[in-house]
Amino acid sequence: MGMNIIEKILARKSGAKKISPGELVVVDVDTAVFIDNAFFPAYYRDMLKLADPEKIIVVFDHRAPASDRVSAGAHVVGRAFVKRFGIKRFHDVGANVGIAHVVVADNAYALPGTVLVCADSHTCSGGAFNSAARGVGAPDMIYAATTGKAWFKLGETVRYDFTGRLPAGVTTKDVFLHIANAFGEHVNQNVEFGGSGLKHLSINARRTIATMGAEISADFAIFEADDILLDYIRARNKAPFEVANPDPDAVYNERRTIALNEMEPLVALPDQVVNNSVPVGKVAGQRIDQAFIGSCANGTLDDFAIAARVLMGRQVAPGVRLIVTPGSQQVYREALRAGYVQTIADAGAVVTNATCGACGGGHLGILGPNEICITASTRNFKGRMGDPTARIYMASTATVAASAIAGVIAHPGDFTKEVFA
Amino acid sequence: MSTIISGRVWKFGDNINTDLMLPGDVHAGTEEEQAKAVFAANRPGWINEMARGDIIVGGRNYGTGSSRPAARSLRNIGIACLIADSINSLFFRNSVNFGLVALECPGVSEAFEELQIAEVSLTDFTVKNRATGKVLQALVVPPNMLVLMQGGGIYPVLEREGLIAPKVKSAPAPARH
Repeated sequence: MGMNIIEKILARKSGAKKISPGELVVVDVDTAVFIDNAFFPAYYRDMLKLADPEKIIVVFDHRAPASDRVSAGAHVVGRAFVKRFGIKRFHDVGANVGIAHVVVADNAYALPGTVLVCADSHTCSGGAFNSAARGVGAPDMIYAATTGKAWFKLGETVRYDFTGRLPAGVTTKDVFLHIANAFGEHVNQNVEFGGSGLKHLSINARRTIATMGAEISADFAIFEADDILLDYIRARNKAPFEVANPDPDAVYNERRTIALNEMEPLVALPDQVVNNSVPVGKVAGQRIDQAFIGSCANGTLDDFAIAARVLMGRQVAPGVRLIVTPGSQQVYREALRAGYVQTIADAGAVVTNATCGACGGGHLGILGPNEICITASTRNFKGRMGDPTARIYMASTATVAASAIAGVIAHPGDFTKEVFA
Repeated sequence: MSTIISGRVWKFGDNINTDLMLPGDVHAGTEEEQAKAVFAANRPGWINEMARGDIIVGGRNYGTGSSRPAARSLRNIGIACLIADSINSLFFRNSVNFGLVALECPGVSEAFEELQIAEVSLTDFTVKNRATGKVLQALVVPPNMLVLMQGGGIYPVLEREGLIAPKVKSAPAPARH
């Protein structure tokens, strides 16, 4: 019996020939990414030694630039940590700052076949790079940084095969919402993505799905490595790596086919991601106060391109705030050069600096009492983006941009007939 | 270490997320501020009704969401044990590392009414409803993880091994704005 992708990576990194679901494995960690939250007073523990500072990356993202005195203090602690241990890959406020997972993508830090951990649930974003990347807790990070190790309990794996290609106005956010709606949570399971439709999905489009793997509670969400990925990696990171593609006789708990050509724009209703989405038509006309595009799931250059195409020559509806937050300053600069920022700002949106921003309810677009938001970000949980009485609908960047123009939840097809993928 | 935990049950449903246990507006706050905010959005006032030693019974996908230390907040308010039909693996890691006894026990949410007494054996990992007599089998927690859950988590271990400094009582946090 062969191994699937996650089994292959965890076996390699634990020194085992083969591992099977249910086993606890201790693996060597290739990369450990600390974010600014790690340096908040309630989370930080003073590390006395590091196993290997070369394997550490520090990124300020949730509250960067500092949003208040607590986060400013955390950044001071973080900079001292970087200096004390001589951390080379440090993404402070400046040209190379951004959401950790987007910075990881910009620089191809998550190499195929490697293990990457970070104390942020959306670290599974790195799965788009064929990396066993996952969110861990703050103590796991300290353990990984000081010992070089992490433990995982291997779960069973569900394989998703993509076929065909996406129709006009539909994005991989809709694909994810379809999976979350049709198949629900994947607690104690891994999800693996591949299939003949993969070649029609850009790396950014794949990252949206991998990032959202956290929202179905998957342990790992990982993609096969293909030529599109290898070209992307080699253009950004010269370090050697060994891809981990599944054996032909790999074992899966279940194998499901997702026909991309059958996807349609979906909207997740407030408070819960899984088993909670409807076709956009079912909620079309719902009044909104705010529309948000950003986060590690939807702050990519593709998202800027989509938003610009929908908003081109149009205006955000009166009484609606459209806030667009790039995933990294690199994405921001590329979006500037491509003219997307001009188009989006001309339409009346506020384009912010790169940060987690409103997605985590930290800053730059927090919701007030009873407000209604449609968001292209990661979560629609009660209170997630501010006041607990606010209601958060979640959709694709195209649907959010269309809704911002209409002033109510609207179908992207009302404004564009373009194929995005 | 006690091998039997018994306590009064508070029931929560499926897909209980971390943001409900540790809301974003106290994410940068102190442990004390975080503890007071547990379930403030979905069950306001519960924090004043519950008592140390109580047990939470959840449904499927308990703890879905963020990496934030929501398990630590449950430990800090004195939850003796969390039992759920299934638990998000990141929440479970935080339970191990922050010292919250957490068990996955399929069927548990159906087997209890609120305020019934649950008896949990950490020897054979059974969960008994004292009112109905029904006994369920939870998933076994490996011994090394159970030691951490019952012994205050991983930080005391890392301190003993000289990898992190002992925790100093932090100065009061500055004003938020």
